[in-house]
Amino acid sequence: MKLIFETGQEGRRCTILPNLSVPEYILENDLQRKQELMLPCVSETEVSRHYTALSNRVHGVNNGFYPLGSCTMKYNPRINDEAAGLPGFTNIHPMQPEHTAEGCLEVLKEAEELLCEITGMNAMTFQPAAGAHGEFTGLLLMHAYHTKRNDSKRTRILVPDSAHGTNPASAAMVGYTIVNIPSTEHGLVDLEALKAALTPEVAGLMLTNPNTLGLFDKNILEITRLVHEAGGLNYYDGANLNAIIGRARPGDMGFDIVHLNLHKTFSTPHGGGGPGSGPVGCKEFLSGYLPGHRVKRENGNHFQLPSDESIGRVKMFEGNFLVVVRALTYLLTIGKEGAADISGTAVLNANYMMKKLADTFTVAYPGICMHEFVLSLENVKEEHHVSALDFAKAMQDYGMHPPTMYFPMIVHEALMLEPTETESKETIDYAVLVMKELYTAAEKDPQKLKDAPFSQPVRRLDEVAAARKPVLTYDFTQV
Amino acid sequence: MGSYIPNTENDKKEMMDFLCISSPDELFKEIPDEVLLKGELLIPSGKSEMEVNMIMKKTAAKNHVFSTILRGAGAYYHYIPSIVKSVISKEEFVTAYTPYQAEMSQGLLQAIFEYQTMICALTGMKASNASVYDGATAAAEAVAMCRDKKRGKVLISEGVHPQVIEVIRTYLTGFGDEIVMISCKNGTTDLRALKEEMNDEAACVLIQQPNFYGAIEPAEEIGAIVHQTKAGFIMHCNPISLGLLKTPGECGADIAVGEGQPLGMPLSYGGPYLGFMAASAEMMRKLPGRIVGQTTDTEGRRAYVLTLQAREQHIRREKAASNICSNQALCALTAAVYMSVMGPEGIKQAALHCMSNAHYLADELCRLKSFAMENSSEFFHEFTTVCEDAPTVLQALEKEDILGGLMLDDRRILWCVTEMTGKEELDRAVKIIQRLYDKNLEA
Repeated sequence: MKLIFETGQEGRRCTILPNLSVPEYILENDLQRKQELMLPCVSETEVSRHYTALSNRVHGVNNGFYPLGSCTMKYNPRINDEAAGLPGFTNIHPMQPEHTAEGCLEVLKEAEELLCEITGMNAMTFQPAAGAHGEFTGLLLMHAYHTKRNDSKRTRILVPDSAHGTNPASAAMVGYTIVNIPSTEHGLVDLEALKAALTPEVAGLMLTNPNTLGLFDKNILEITRLVHEAGGLNYYDGANLNAIIGRARPGDMGFDIVHLNLHKTFSTPHGGGGPGSGPVGCKEFLSGYLPGHRVKRENGNHFQLPSDESIGRVKMFEGNFLVVVRALTYLLTIGKEGAADISGTAVLNANYMMKKLADTFTVAYPGICMHEFVLSLENVKEEHHVSALDFAKAMQDYGMHPPTMYFPMIVHEALMLEPTETESKETIDYAVLVMKELYTAAEKDPQKLKDAPFSQPVRRLDEVAAARKPVLTYDFTQV
Repeated sequence: MGSYIPNTENDKKEMMDFLCISSPDELFKEIPDEVLLKGELLIPSGKSEMEVNMIMKKTAAKNHVFSTILRGAGAYYHYIPSIVKSVISKEEFVTAYTPYQAEMSQGLLQAIFEYQTMICALTGMKASNASVYDGATAAAEAVAMCRDKKRGKVLISEGVHPQVIEVIRTYLTGFGDEIVMISCKNGTTDLRALKEEMNDEAACVLIQQPNFYGAIEPAEEIGAIVHQTKAGFIMHCNPISLGLLKTPGECGADIAVGEGQPLGMPLSYGGPYLGFMAASAEMMRKLPGRIVGQTTDTEGRRAYVLTLQAREQHIRREKAASNICSNQALCALTAAVYMSVMGPEGIKQAALHCMSNAHYLADELCRLKSFAMENSSEFFHEFTTVCEDAPTVLQALEKEDILGGLMLDDRRILWCVTEMTGKEELDRAVKIIQRLYDKNLEA
């Protein structure tokens, strides 16, 4: 398909702005750009058709099943978008006087109260723009806590080997050394290895529970106790909160700091990679370190208070505010009854799907799973030379997005599936049918999977060439 | 009450029968009893869509939407073409995840590739990433790109937005790097002060163009000074101003970053906005976050894919260039649609409107006896005035539904004028201030 730079004509344009109503100001020639501004010269018709054509080459949750493990691709209710689109939110300047932004402060305060109750935390910041940004912020709280106590020897962060890649990357951004904690054969934190790693240099532990294998670590209270006894803090990666929302709270498990992904558990759309929102909650003793201002409520009015001990800003203004509006809308809709129903249904769907597949596929960690589970296609790879990647590509031909591939890294030829609570039994049954059909195809006609996908606008891509000789922009001289 | 769960009780029963359980609760037995919630959460009961709709409307109505906005300072009130809003509401774009599965995400990947091309066109740089969170985090990431164990100093002009500096400071927490502030003189970075600090310890120099106080920096001269050493030159730019101003590429910048919000995103109380980042060819592989590259499929067709992933957290973990995973993809798409609709002429026109309207307001304000410009530097669409009793001026405007400039202290106001406020609105604002002073004279 054509690039937008290949459509249109020189001189063609949309008419958006009026004529100047004041005298034209002429900028000194020396300050002016001399480089030609190479932007598209297109009519509105062309813009409309171009982007419609592009949107037809994208698969969103609205197009079909999206069991992308650890990403919680649930349905994104449209009412949330409508609320976020209200002019009373979109036209508010972030530096308006407080009394003219009362509604915005109310949104932040209410979302903070609801999410603190859900996580068992006491205070929350909405500055972090995404999960990884939240991790970074949470680790800075940890850093501030130890620094305040003049405990400067704590330079290590413990991270299980099943953790998301962002965990070690975030810890590195705070200057921490990462110590990997191996998992047991059952996929849980190896307690002996944890004890051995808990030296006086440990600042804290980062944990996702349930973890990326979809397993709830039943030793959680012992794990967090051990870390506390060693003088460290416990950080909860909230990426998998959808599994336990309304049933268990990180705060009750011994965690001191939590980040949430509003774009996962709280149904805000992923936008093709963002914007998300990664609010960070913490226990009272850490609240003074949070970035930005705390919103306080008095006599029904809201105002903001700074903190002297704050780690400082992690973002301009108050974060991805409209994403918080969406999450609040969702929270008001589901309410206290809905919360436990979400986790119950998400976990039921996952277990149903896993058991349906278990007679054909190798489940990496059999038993009960939480909201997601991991298959290992190692045997298929060995016997039929069909990889997890081949399998994923073939699934595209059935109108569904493939699962997460090759993650977690401790499972070979991994496919990680998370059906979420917003998918029906029929959708799951159909996906199971497709996957089993593909399994049979892998045995009988492996080449079919290796050549897939067939139904997409392009076939498999040469990723090696893309990285070796990067072409990152359109070459205007090629015409 | 509200629920997005499609399964009926009957569906659930069939599924539970298959799993040989009688309640989903049985699936949570790995959670220790001490941790399991005994009662309900202390949050309100759920509501219907209609009720929630009303509540959110009421909450939004508690905010005041000003009919005239003369405040910028990092968030800019611009016209958003209608088609921008309709394109970015397409559900496929809104509800997709990061394009890991390239074959089924070609539309998104191509849109980002086009965005990268437009950002490079705007900035005059060679390579752009797919976006970061906002302008401030873009600046902090750019500083990290220049990190060098042998060079521990980060030089920042006092003309950079205070919140941007604060974010950079936070990002440097775990490292020994020292921030050295370079003072301003007559509104722009003091070149002599900069020269004095330029030595082998400087890792990078960051300036903002136009700077926080509105003035246009002598960026080319600064670039020449910086490049007498091995330090990196980072320019934090307003994207609309680049319709007219010399590009970071022309000024010798190694990295151009900025707040992309003016490119089609509403004010939204501060977010979601867009951090754009573009670099020279030499710095390309140090860019953080997603980058889309062109390639071919097995049949030789042109196609797009996430590339240079060896920099990223999901491959490199603690050795990654940055921890960024989610970015601001939909905002990058917004910027791309905006730039397509505006085209080269439209962007230049928007810039010209901003600059002309701002100069008109500055001239009119300075006609008032009590108003003067703080400095004589050339400016784009923001400028700083000095007057008696700034709070009273701003209150008088607020009463008339005008959000005046940002008060820097009791005497200084930072104004911003875009294409949204022409002669009529500006004359009205000046008249209100004029009346205020006339009243004071009478009294």
